[in-house]
Amino acid sequence: MSASALRFRLIARARPSRTLVLLAPVLAVVLALAFGALMILALGKSPLQAFSVYFARPLADPFSLAEIAVKASPLVMIALGLALCYRANLWNIGAEGQFVIGGTLGGGIAVATHGMTHATFWILPAMLMVGALAGALYALIPAVLKVTLGVSEILVSLMLVYVAQLFLDYLVRGPWRDPKGFNFPVTAGFDTAAILPPLWPGGAVHAGVGLTLLLVVIMGVVLASTRFGYAVRITGLAPRAAAFAGFDQRRLTLALFALSGGLAGLAGAVEVSGVINQLQPSISPGYGFAAIIVAFLGRLSPWGILVAGLVLALTYIGGEAAQIAMKLPLDLTTAFQGVLLMCVLAADVLTHYSVTITRPAA
Amino acid sequence: MSSAPPLVSLDHITRRFGALVANDDVSLALRPGEIHALLGENGAGKSTLVKILYGLIQPDSGTINLDGVARRIASPQEARDAGIGMVFQHFSLFDNLTVAENIALVLPAKAGLKRLEARILAIAERYGLALDPSRPIWSLSAGERQRVEIVRALIQEPRVLVLDEPTSVLTPQEAETLFATLNRLKAEGKALVYISHKLEEVRGLCDCATILRAGRVVATCDPKAYSAHALAELMMGRDIGAVRPPGGGAGGAVRLRLNRLNLASPDLHGISLKDISLEVHDGEVVGVAGIAGNGQSELFAALSGESSTAPDAIAIDGHNVGDSDINQRRGLDAAFVPEERNGHAAVGAMSLADNLLLSRHALPGLLRHGLIDSAALRARTVEVIASFDVRTSGPDAPARTLSGGNLQKFAVGRELARAPKLLIINQPTWGVDALAAAAIRQAIVDLAAKGAAVLVISQDLDELYEVSDRLCALAHGQLSALHAAAALDRSAIGLLMGGSGHATREVSHVG
Repeated sequence: MSASALRFRLIARARPSRTLVLLAPVLAVVLALAFGALMILALGKSPLQAFSVYFARPLADPFSLAEIAVKASPLVMIALGLALCYRANLWNIGAEGQFVIGGTLGGGIAVATHGMTHATFWILPAMLMVGALAGALYALIPAVLKVTLGVSEILVSLMLVYVAQLFLDYLVRGPWRDPKGFNFPVTAGFDTAAILPPLWPGGAVHAGVGLTLLLVVIMGVVLASTRFGYAVRITGLAPRAAAFAGFDQRRLTLALFALSGGLAGLAGAVEVSGVINQLQPSISPGYGFAAIIVAFLGRLSPWGILVAGLVLALTYIGGEAAQIAMKLPLDLTTAFQGVLLMCVLAADVLTHYSVTITRPAA
Repeated sequence: MSSAPPLVSLDHITRRFGALVANDDVSLALRPGEIHALLGENGAGKSTLVKILYGLIQPDSGTINLDGVARRIASPQEARDAGIGMVFQHFSLFDNLTVAENIALVLPAKAGLKRLEARILAIAERYGLALDPSRPIWSLSAGERQRVEIVRALIQEPRVLVLDEPTSVLTPQEAETLFATLNRLKAEGKALVYISHKLEEVRGLCDCATILRAGRVVATCDPKAYSAHALAELMMGRDIGAVRPPGGGAGGAVRLRLNRLNLASPDLHGISLKDISLEVHDGEVVGVAGIAGNGQSELFAALSGESSTAPDAIAIDGHNVGDSDINQRRGLDAAFVPEERNGHAAVGAMSLADNLLLSRHALPGLLRHGLIDSAALRARTVEVIASFDVRTSGPDAPARTLSGGNLQKFAVGRELARAPKLLIINQPTWGVDALAAAAIRQAIVDLAAKGAAVLVISQDLDELYEVSDRLCALAHGQLSALHAAAALDRSAIGLLMGGSGHATREVSHVG
């Protein structure tokens, strides 16, 4: 009561206007671009030229468009699973680790079958299934600790990211290293049977992109029209109402972690099979973390996530182009992604709350 | 009504919240030696008015006059300095601090705790408020906690004391003690504001009544000169019919049997249920009386399956269900309505149709091939809305846009539309306007008349007498014996609510 400063208070809006709800992500992107322009100015470059390199040129170039789709695919696939967790107030921060472990063990099938010439049809499906299963089991570690011992899932899932990365690092430097690889820490290149075919003959995008699109549709139906999706929605909004509806919180926690880990692991297997075609010390430029931004930017809805994944992929492609063409540091892309997330969260808060400033009586 | 000049008067107060006019040109004069009732439905503007008087809200227009001089009251501190005290409906006490420590918190820091204890005892004695200053709050009953709040207000020697629904948490005996205290304060020349919707109480206690409806003063009168029914009509602006009395069933088969139900509380100061046994028959309404915090929520959770118990502690229609989940119990034609509407019985952010699914998703009819049949869901929702006269824009309206009474009608209607054989309902009309309350009570009685067994847990004795065939009371987690409602008068049930007959804890300071 003695504070003499202005006080800001957030007051919940009774019913956020529909236009505002739809417009908020757009405003957030515009605001983030403004901040981005300031950062580019501070680096002594022209924002207009940078934006043209960042956004306009990739969208005008068919090759870049295919690149965007390939980059967006893992982001969207991971974010679909994360959105389920986040809707139920479960904080899986370790999708990066689940992605890496899925890619590692899925890719392990390709390493193990290297050189096989007969009956290879099962290799691709096995890689994808092992990848998904590995990611699911890996995500179940924080989930089981949470429901049995009450351990924070945020910390455990995050720390397991580093375990997964070091595990992959050890394998490619040690037992799985390509004997004919001139001592580079990589496995042998995958055989054709372990590589995802293009989505259509001669196409520039691999079949995993199609799988992602299919998953977006499936997730849309699951969330809107199944009991499971209904349980997820209520649990986040009102846990006591979820108990009244008879949904078991612990079972749901395990199921959601397994699902989101499974999707991240599948994305990892798709990435090594469809894009990298071998295992190397790093198989992700941070997809698992960027997917957190994608999930929130997409308002935790499957179709929103599809759009948000494409936007974020654009910043990756544009960032590479800007580095080459304008010598802008790649860190600028990461900084921009952070600013974008902040703007999205702020826009989200302001859609649902109005700010009032109270001046204490003199 | 005395003609002494008012100590405090509120003149032509108007306060808007967005489009809602909470107080519209309201005037109120508080005279010394007078207990002034403020009557009105939920949402009539009573709380806004007293918050303006206590400096918590500023009026858009109008003035507050103290001894005839206009004065701005910018904060509760200024209100207290001006001699205005307030006893809130919801206690604002720290459980782990003692009585004296809680009172010291509102006083200037220099008052020593020892001296303060002496002052507390002096005030407590003067007004007949038995209190031990050194006891921690968590060990006190609701009535004792209220005494702490009153002493905390009185120690600042107010000339005006506002009490918001003070008897809602008291047994009839505790209420009588409170009335004696209030009459003593009145005799000393203090002006009291008494907010209540219990009309008989107001008629017995108050000298003057101001009745608010939809933010406006509809009458200022001597409540003793009107019948309770006439006052209710003034409050509501229309007549509310009485609930048709229960049929007096208890002839049917046993539908719900509790057999030595025990449930340990997970909370440090929570209430554990101890050895509760009870039978509810088809065709009867059994009422469970009791002051909030005596195990009602725990009992409801055990009955609904949100808390698990020994399998044979609870039987529905002969099936042991103590460790079954809520949907298995629903499968035995049981239905449940919890106390809290927002976040428990309903999800505010979801549409009414989605909320209908909350208690129906595990039952046949609303899912097809594993997918929610949204057409059927909307149709069932429209039926509930129509048959219970829920005022809403339709099945797609988010639950939070409904008023408390309408949302409660929806939560009750959702369960009754299934024609359950057993209904368990906790605080059926808590915070609900009188019309909705009457409709809900009627629905409870009608359900039993059709042969269902109903268990009503409620703090409201008027309500229990209106709907119940048999009554018992829950005190400190123990249930009293069942009595025919007609054979149990209010003072008898009051004693049961205070826990007499269990001898586990003394009934504190009655009389």
